[in-house]
Parts: sequence; structure tokens; C-alpha cells
Amino acid sequence: MNVVRAAESLLALSQQEELEDLSKDDPLSPSEDEGDIDGERKHQKLLEAISSLDGKNRRKLAERSEASLKVSEFNVTSEGSGEKLVLSDLLGPVKTSSLAAVKKQLNRVKSKKTVELPLNKEEVERIHREVAFNKTSQALSKWDPIVLKNRQAEQLVFPLKKEQSVFAPIEHVLSGWKARTPLEQEVFNLLHKNKQPVTDPLLTPVEKASLKAMSLEDAKMRRAELQRARALQSYYEARARREKKIKSKKYHKVLKKGKARKALKEFEKLRKVNPTAALEELEKIEKARMMERMSLKHQNSGKWAKSKAIMAKYDLEARQAMQEQLARNKELTQKLQAASDSEEEEEGVEEEGELVPDAVNEIQMDANGPNPWMLRNHSRGTKEIKVQDPEQLPEPVAHEASENEEEERPGAEEEILLNEFEERRSLRKKSGLNQDAELVSRQEPKDSSSQEVLSELRALSQKLNKESQQSGKQNVSSMRTVLAVQREEPTEAEEEPLLLQRPERAHTMEELEELGKEGCFQNKEVPRPVGEGQQSERNPDNQPGAPKEKKRKEQMIDLQNLLTTKSPSVKSLAVPMTVEELEDEEERDQKRMIKEAFAGDDVIRDFLKEKREAVEASKPKDVDLTLPGWGEWGGMGLKPSAKKRRRFLIKTPEGLPRKDKNLPNVIINEKRNVHAAAHQVRVLPYPFTHHRQFERTIQTPIGSTWNTQRAFQKLTMPKVVTKPGHIIKPIKAEDVGYRSSSRSDLSVVQRNPKQLSIRHKKHLKKNSVD
Amino acid sequence: METAPKPGRDVPPKKDRLQAKKKPRRYWEEETTLTAAGASPGPPGSKKRNRELRPERPKNANITKKSRISRKPHLPKKPRERRNLEPQRSVSGAQDPFPGPAPVPVEVARKFRRIDKSKKLPHSKSKTRSRLEVAEAEEEEISIKAARSELLLAEEPGFLEGENGEDTAQIRQADIVEAVDIASAAKHFDLNLRQFGPYRLNYSPTGRHLAFGGRRGHVATLDWVTKRLMCEINVMEAVRDIRFLHSEALLAVAQNRWLHIYDNQGIELHCIRRCDRVTRLEFLPFHFLLATASETGFLTYLDVSVGKIVAALNARAGRLDVMTKNPYNAVIHLGHSNGTVSLWSPAMKEPLAKILCHRGGVRAVAIDSTGTYMATSGLDHQLKIFDLRGTFQPLSARTLPQGAGHLAFSQRGLLAAGMGDVVNIWAGQGKASPPSLEQPYLTHRLSGHVHGLHFCPFEDVLGVGHNGGITSMLVPGAAEPNFDGLESNPYRSQKQRQEWEVKALLEKVPAELICLDPRALAEVDVISLEQEKKERIERLGYDPEAKAPFQPKPKQKGRSSTASLVKRKRKVMDEEHRDKVRQSLEQQPQKQEKKAKPLRARPSALDRFVR
Repeated sequence: MNVVRAAESLLALSQQEELEDLSKDDPLSPSEDEGDIDGERKHQKLLEAISSLDGKNRRKLAERSEASLKVSEFNVTSEGSGEKLVLSDLLGPVKTSSLAAVKKQLNRVKSKKTVELPLNKEEVERIHREVAFNKTSQALSKWDPIVLKNRQAEQLVFPLKKEQSVFAPIEHVLSGWKARTPLEQEVFNLLHKNKQPVTDPLLTPVEKASLKAMSLEDAKMRRAELQRARALQSYYEARARREKKIKSKKYHKVLKKGKARKALKEFEKLRKVNPTAALEELEKIEKARMMERMSLKHQNSGKWAKSKAIMAKYDLEARQAMQEQLARNKELTQKLQAASDSEEEEEGVEEEGELVPDAVNEIQMDANGPNPWMLRNHSRGTKEIKVQDPEQLPEPVAHEASENEEEERPGAEEEILLNEFEERRSLRKKSGLNQDAELVSRQEPKDSSSQEVLSELRALSQKLNKESQQSGKQNVSSMRTVLAVQREEPTEAEEEPLLLQRPERAHTMEELEELGKEGCFQNKEVPRPVGEGQQSERNPDNQPGAPKEKKRKEQMIDLQNLLTTKSPSVKSLAVPMTVEELEDEEERDQKRMIKEAFAGDDVIRDFLKEKREAVEASKPKDVDLTLPGWGEWGGMGLKPSAKKRRRFLIKTPEGLPRKDKNLPNVIINEKRNVHAAAHQVRVLPYPFTHHRQFERTIQTPIGSTWNTQRAFQKLTMPKVVTKPGHIIKPIKAEDVGYRSSSRSDLSVVQRNPKQLSIRHKKHLKKNSVD
Repeated sequence: METAPKPGRDVPPKKDRLQAKKKPRRYWEEETTLTAAGASPGPPGSKKRNRELRPERPKNANITKKSRISRKPHLPKKPRERRNLEPQRSVSGAQDPFPGPAPVPVEVARKFRRIDKSKKLPHSKSKTRSRLEVAEAEEEEISIKAARSELLLAEEPGFLEGENGEDTAQIRQADIVEAVDIASAAKHFDLNLRQFGPYRLNYSPTGRHLAFGGRRGHVATLDWVTKRLMCEINVMEAVRDIRFLHSEALLAVAQNRWLHIYDNQGIELHCIRRCDRVTRLEFLPFHFLLATASETGFLTYLDVSVGKIVAALNARAGRLDVMTKNPYNAVIHLGHSNGTVSLWSPAMKEPLAKILCHRGGVRAVAIDSTGTYMATSGLDHQLKIFDLRGTFQPLSARTLPQGAGHLAFSQRGLLAAGMGDVVNIWAGQGKASPPSLEQPYLTHRLSGHVHGLHFCPFEDVLGVGHNGGITSMLVPGAAEPNFDGLESNPYRSQKQRQEWEVKALLEKVPAELICLDPRALAEVDVISLEQEKKERIERLGYDPEAKAPFQPKPKQKGRSSTASLVKRKRKVMDEEHRDKVRQSLEQQPQKQEKKAKPLRARPSALDRFVR
């Protein structure tokens, strides 16, 4: 091993020596080289000098191609003088014009400056960097507002580039649109035909014309007219329907007869005035006759007739009826007698139509009467109307009656019958209301039949009155019970005014008076002295209770005050059955009794004690660091001196004042709710420096319970929204309204400014290398 | 129920009509005269001026385009300012006579404001300020939106009004029933149930269902509007109290020994033995907590959504039989025999507050729906109304001939008190005012002693349980006329109820969040904030948020000698010190003034002899 090691070390040594030799050789070699070069130069010069000794080459030698620093004894050199030779110096003495051009050229050359020496690399790089930084920062600064805007935006929707919705007026949109499908074409055709606007959704020519033609006033009037017409139509319809429903045969018979008679009369009239029209009418009548003759309607062949035929043997009426039918047949088949039914009906309707609106109006008037809401205010007026005797007719009614009489014609009986029916109907309708005395009275003077109706109605109203009376009695009795409750000795006299003061009751009483036994009660307007007296009693008692006494500083007194507040009197209350109403003395007695009852447990003192304890418990404790026996005598029974105790007592700073400091009757727990505190915010988020600032931003609740739907949606809007399936590209200058910049790498720069510097440097380096 | 018809706001003035006669104007025509513009209600004055100045334009389709362009630069402005813009023109050339959004009454919007701008904030940086501004703008916008939606509350409340000095208390139920419509009249009824003793009753949160339980074990629920009986059972045990849980499908009954829960068919679902000898029940709908007060003096909170007992608190005040909840903050109020009312939350072992209300024991407590007023009645025959907004002071009080044994507040702040067999109802001025105890609004005598009172939500009805059964009284103006269809819909179907139940469960509020001031939860927990800050400083060894001490910049040309550096430092330090002193001096005179006031103005020379 040792041998090997020794061999190795030897080898290493030898190598070292070799290296050293090499290094020694190296410095030598250049010196040798220099020596060689010098020698060569000298040698060359020598050769030249020798060759110049030759006569031929002498002139050649004198020529000088370049300035040399070497001074030789054989030719002129500027070496060592240190002065630069300038061309102008050489050309200065030249006066020949042939060299003027050369001079000019020389001047031109002189005016051109020489290229400066290139800066070193670091300097170049620094300058490049600076310039690049300025440029990029300038280019980037124009994005600042956009970045700021996006940061402060309530919501960002990506991709940022939106499809610009074109605000084109609808006319333009429509003009570009063409009907393609057959359905569309059809629709367009229709529109064209009816001169409806296709492209221009403004008004149609007709509408425009109408707008021009009609003023607002006219339109209003026309509308009113139309309304009226519609209303009238509906009245007629209602009336016709009503009449159609009437089942009375007699009524129908009479109606028909009346119609027939009228038709005949008209026909007569027509014959006189317009014979040709009459002829036509006649033809019609003839045709009807023919129809009648052809049909078996009135020939005792129907079901009814057959059934009657069976009975005819025993029943005189049936026989008569059959006879009547036959007679009718005869009548109809007689020449030039009957008229067509349809016309008659029309006429009939027209004739009766005039009555309808009046009746409707009257009903409305009547409806106003019993309305309890309206009646309260106008009770006087209505009463006056009602006071009038049924015999004394109101003006308009009389007028109507006279009209009716005018209308009466030879066939007055029919008319009367018709009227009677109408009355009955109206009565049936209004029997629910108890206010139709007027109506009855209107019909009174007509004739005996209507008198009957009136009597019927009287009976009805009587019944109603009885009912209302009964209910009134009930009310009275129930009121009595109430009053019994409220007062000790209710009297009969007091009852009535109290009853009258109630709106509903007053109303019924009035009715009672008017419709039933008149003059039973006369004391309507009696004021209720008792009730007012009660009020006046009540009021003074209330006043002292109202103003509240202010708190005072002394806790004890204050607490007493709190618990013995003065109370308003009891009189207005309904007193419970078990407790009799208290006089003042009794009240005092009761108070004393209560005091006695609660004498044992002094509630207030207990409470104050409790409060004191709570206050003590919540106070922060002082820390006592005194060590007994330290620095003075110690032992049993010895206490550290007061001075020492004072010195080593660490007083805790007083906290905030208690919330219940000025509230004597309250103990508020000052302990912290740790469980609730766990849910509270305990870290201030970034831009806020004080907790109150942050609290202000979270003051508004965002839940849908406290907000409207819209507000809730706005409050819970996500900050960033991405549309699914869309590529989110980096922001471009065009997107935000800038013109596209010449620099292509701007978007890249904008995206990652950190990378920029490195890349830029590389780029610059490349440039510098080139 | 009777409401005076308000004069129509948009009745056109006569002047306008006259003008119309002179020269008829279509609605699509432009208003040319200023007077016509003045007659029309709506846009504010500045707009009018604009219109007057603007020359008349020919009506063209181009105008639409123009107006669009002209509107563009105004876009970033606030919506309020936009209202002042010229009216938009539609394609048909019609002009909106009232352009822009409708104006919002300021008072209504103020009702919905949450940020109190009068409170000064410490100086904030620009970044913070911008955040604050955004928050404030948002709040304002939202309040305006809320004010707009007030319009949707179509129903108006109203009271019975006596005609010129008539006492409404003398109007009996029969009179009211006679006057109202049939549907309302049907809401007044009596259930004659003399057999099973005094009744307690409870309406479901939607006001549609009624549950009642008699002392002798009779329990029944019914849809009281249609009078359809849902179930009727006898539990063969004394029933102390009865209460619907979150919906009408579940019913808690406090029986003699334990608490039982039944469903709407009368099937017993649970028997909770941990709640024994329960006297009173209360349900907190948003927390899904059933609070029970027991004879043993325990207040127990039962989470009905998971069936766990959240907290069992010992009130240390003997038997508990007076309990009510504060609907505003879900705090339970207990009345005690020593005249105090204590306020409880499941998160705290001790009462949140104790209020001394009466000399004798407290017999009944009720709290209005806004959580502002508490009515108490005690054995000293007093009825008092307390303010619950921090001060807990009595606002008004009166002595009753026989103290009220039961109290109940309606949704609109009517106070009902049951005294013996009489029920008195007092009314205030409106929803936010306490009831004035001077004159009763209504009185009613029952056939038996009152044992339970409950106002029906969303119906003008007061349910009274008494010895003789149940009476449903009509109390005009008692209930909130507008209900929230998403929250408590009286007309909801079963499906809707189920969906609501899921939603309500998802929005369940944790029990530990119950505290006296629920708004305090939206505040930063300053104590732990400070604590954390301190810990951080300890951990890092320095205060990262502290202002760095002044370090003078090195200056050139020999001026940066050590002495000059120290001098400059000293200068800045002194400046700061001077600022501090100045501030403290500014504060001192205020303190001195405060102190000086209580002292006598002029001390006399003879004061020295005063001992």
C-alpha cells in the first residue's frame, strides 16, 4: 500500500514540475517573439538603407506613404513632435487654382463629423431599459381607468365584449323584413286589403282621419250617447225577458187582444194615409189567414182540446173553452181581420219601452232611502218625506198618474189590468224593503183594483213592522242588561235617549214611528244628560293621571314613586260582577288593605338589595399584592399597615358605567353572551380601519324577508358572472373603446406585467448583440 | 272596519276642466301652456321649466333616435336625476305625461332607512370612503324600493268610532255583529262547553285554526273560520296550557304531569317527560323553540325541529305561571310572585334583566307585536305599561277594581285584559303607540270567568276562553289587515304549507342568538377584536398596524451628521407631543364646564362658617 502511495505522490510531483515548466516557458516565449519581431524590423530597415544607397531607388525612398512616429536620421518624420498634421495646413500654402476642387472636397469632408465611439454594453442596456420602461408604462397607463372601473364595478359579466344591441326604430326593422311563409303572406295580404299599416306602425289612415275629424268633446258626447243607448237596450231586454216569464193566461190573453186591436186600428189609419202600404199589409193578413186555414191549431184537434172534450160533457168551463177556441179559429179565418203577430210585438215593445227608464230611476231613488249609511246624515230630510201622508202625493208621481190617464183609451180595462200586473210585480220585488209606502201611495188613486193591492201591501208592512218592533224590544231588553251592568240603578227614562243615540237603533225607531203606530214616541231629540254627566265626571279624574311625574335622583324615593303611580278613576269601566264599585273611601280602604297584605314582604327592599349585590358582583376586583410580614413585623394577629396595603393594591380601571345606573327598578345583566359573540364578526376586513366603519356597511339586511324581491336580487348579485360555453378572452383595446394600438404586444403586456421586464430585456439584448 | 273614505288624491281640479273646455287637448299632444302643465300632478318644477324653454319640435320618427342619443351621456347619473329628463317618446308618438319613476314620499322611505348618518365615523381613507358611499347609496335605493312596495298593502286599518263623544265601550257585541257584513258576523260565536271547565286557547300563526283545552282534559282544534272540527279528544288529565307549534299540524299540550305533543288528528306523537308539571307554554317560531315554564321553577327550551332540550334554566323564583314572549327579540318574560318580571334567553344562565313592576306578585304579562311595550298586571290591582326600549320604565298605569288576570296584545297594539268575567280592550292612537288606559275601547261580559285570551292574527277577533267555553269576540281594528303571503298565509294549501315548512326550517335561527338587542349581532365583537390584536402583537413582537416612528432621510453634502439627524427626530417628536397637548387642552374646558355647573355660582364669604 505504502509503495503504491509513494509511487502516486511521485507521479503527482513530476506532473507538478512539468506544469511549472510550462508556466515558466510561457512568459518567456512572448519576450522571445518580441525580440524576434524587433530584430526583423531592424533587419528590414537595414536592408532598406542599404538598398537606398543605390542611385536608382533614392527618390523612391524619399516618398512617404504614411506618417510614422519613428524618427530616423534619413528622412523627415513628425514623430515626437506631438502635433497633428492637418490637411488644411498642407493645403494652406497652395495657391494654384487646380487644387481648389480638392480644397472644396476637403472642406466637405471636414464638415462631416466622425462617428463617435460606441458606449459600453452596460450603459447601452440601461438606456434601453429606461426607454422601454417609459414606453410601456405610458402604454399601460391608459388602462388604469378601465382597471379601476372594473374593480369598482358591481358586477362583471364575462365575456366582456357584448353584442351591441342595435337601436333601430321598429320601422326600419320592419322595412327590411319580408313575408316568406304562406301564412305570413296571407296575413300581409289581409293587412294590405284593409289598409292597415304594414311598415309604419303608426295609426291607420282611417284612424288618423277619425282623430282629425273628432274633437274630445264630440268623442265624449258620442260615448255618452252610446252608453245611454246601451243602457236603454239592456233595460228593454230585461223588461222583455220579465214579461216573457209571466205565466198568467189572462194577462197574455189581454195583451194579445190589445195588440190585435191596436194593429187593426193602425191598419185603418194606414188605409187612410197610404193605401198602397195598406194593401201590402192586407196581403200579409191574407197570408196569415191562409196559414191559419191550413193549420189545425184552433180546430179542437190538439191534445188539450181532446182532454177538454172528455170533460166537456160535465164541465161548463171546458165546454166554453172549446167554444172559444173554435170562435178564435173563425175569427182568424175571417177575411181582412187579423194582423201579423211579429209586427205587433215590436210595436208593443216600443210602446211600453218608455216606461222602463222611469221605473228604474224610481227604484234607484227608493234604494237611496233605506241605505243606513246615507240615512244617518240626512235623517231629517227622509223623515220629512216620510211624514207626509200617503194621500198627499209627491209632485212627480201625480204627474205620472196624469200621464197614465191620458194614455187611457177605449180599451181602458185592458190597460188597467196590465197596470195591475206591473204593480204586483214591482211589489213582489220590493216587499223585502220596508220603504215602499211611497210607491203604494202613488198607485192609490187609480182604481179599486189597485186599492186591493194597497191593502195587501199594508198587511205586509204591518207584519214587517211587528217583526222590527219585536227585534227592537229585544234590543231594548238586552240594552237593559248592559245598563244594569254599568250602573247600579238604571231607569226607564234613561233608556230611550241612550237607545236613540245609536245609529241603527234610531233608524229602526223612526221606522216604527212612521209605518206603525204614529205618535207613540215623540221624544226623539232628547239629549242624554246622564251620559254627558258621566263623561264630565270622568274627565277631571283623567287629567291628573295623564302627566307623568319625572324621575328624581334619589333611588329609593323614585322606586316608591314608580310603584305607586296615580291611576285614573275606575268609573268608566264595566265592573265585574263580583266586585262592587268602590267609592273613594272604599278605594282608600282597599289600598290600605293591600299595603297591609304586602307589609311582610317588602318587595322594594328585597329588590334593592338584590341590585346592590349584582352591582357588587359585576364590579372589577382590585388586586391586593401585600404580603403580610414582608418588611415589617409578622406573626399572628398582625395586619400589614394601611400604607403598605395602599401601596401594593392594584386598582383596576373603572369600566363603563352600568346600563341600569339610572334605572332604579331594573337590573340589567352585564355579562357577555359568549354564544352570541361567536357569531359576531371579530376581524376587520381590509380597507376598514375602525369597526364602526365596517358596521355601517353591514347595517342593511340582505335577506328576502326584509327586502323587496328586486332589492334582494340586487343585493345578492354575484360579483362576477361567466356565461357558460363562452371563451373568456383577454381584454382588448377595441373592447373598451380605444383604437387598436400599434404595439402588438400590448395585450400581453397588460396581462402579465411581471413577465414583461424579463422578455423585454432579452429583446433588447438581442438588439444590442446585433 | 269602518274607514272614513279618504278624499281622492287624483281628483282633477276644476281649473283643469275649464281649460279642457276651451281647447281640447289629447293626451298624446304636447303640453304647450305652462298652466296646463301646472295643473297636472306629477313631475317636479324643474322639469316644467325645461319644457317651457324647449322649442316645439315637429313630430317625426327621427325624434326617437335623437332622444336616445341625447340620453346617452346622462346614463351614469343617478335615477333621481333622470326623472328630470325630457319625457320619452314612444314609436307611436305618444308622450308620457309623467316621465320617469314615480316620486316616493320621503317619510315612507325614511321608515325603511337603516343607516343612521347622524353618527359620525372616524376619519377614513379614500378606499374605505368609497366603500361606505356604495353601502349608503345601496341602502337608500333599497329603502326607496321598499317605500314603493308599500303601495301593495291595499288594506287600511280602522277603528270603531263613536259619533260625537259617544263611548265606544258601550257598543255591545250584538250591535257590532248587526252592523257588519255576514262574513264578519259569522266570526262572532260562542262555544258552550260548560262541562270541561275553564278553557285555554291558542290561534295558529296564520290565524286560521283554533286550539283549546279545558281544565278537565278536553282538547280540540278546529278551523274556526269554516267551523270545521279537526280533532277532539279528552286527554283524561288536567290541561294547563295549549299551543300550536310552527304550523297547525302540531299541537303542544301542557298536561298535569308531562308535556304532550299531538298532531292535527289528535294522535299523540310525543310525551316529553323532561318537561314536567308545565304551567305555561310559548312557541318561538323563528327559532323553533318551545319554551315551557313549570311548577318546579324551571324554564325549559325545547327545540322542536330536532327534539332536543336546548336549555333548562332555573329561575330561582318558585312556581312559574306567568310567561310571555317578546316577538321582537324572542326573549321570554317571566312574572314572579315578588313583583318582578325577568327576561330570559337560552344562552344565559341568569336573567338578562329584572324589572320590578308591582308591589304584589305579577299576575299577567303581555308584550305588543313590535316588542316596544309590555303590559303587566299585579296582585296590587294595577295595570301598567312599560317601555321595553332600553329603559324599562312605566309609561302609564291605572288601578283596576279587580286586577286583570289575563292580558293580551293584538297585532295592532290593542290591549285586552280579562278581569273576572269581563274583558276590557284599550286602544292606542296607532300601531306604534301604547294603548291609553283612560277609557276602554270595548268591553264585554262573558258567561264565566276568563281563563285565556288570545287575539287572532290577521282577523279582527279576540278569542276568550272562560268557564263556560269559548267566545270569539269581534274587535274592529285589532289585527293587521295585510298579511305576508310568503310568511303566514291564512289561505295556504297543504302543499304551500309543506313548502313553507321546509323554508322555515332552512332559515331557522340558532337559539344562542337570542339576546336583548338583536341589532347588536350586526356589530363587530370589539372585545375579541382587541384581544386578537393584542395576541397578534405578542406573537409577532411588534404592532404591524402601528404608525412607524419617524426616520429622517439621509441628506447629502455633509448635512446628514448624527447631530442633525437627532435634531430632526426631536423636532417631529415635539410636534406630535404638542398636538396631543392641544387636544387634551381642548377637552379639558368641556369637563370643567360640566364640573362647574353643579357648584354654586358665587361662594359667599360666610361659607367658611358653615359646618
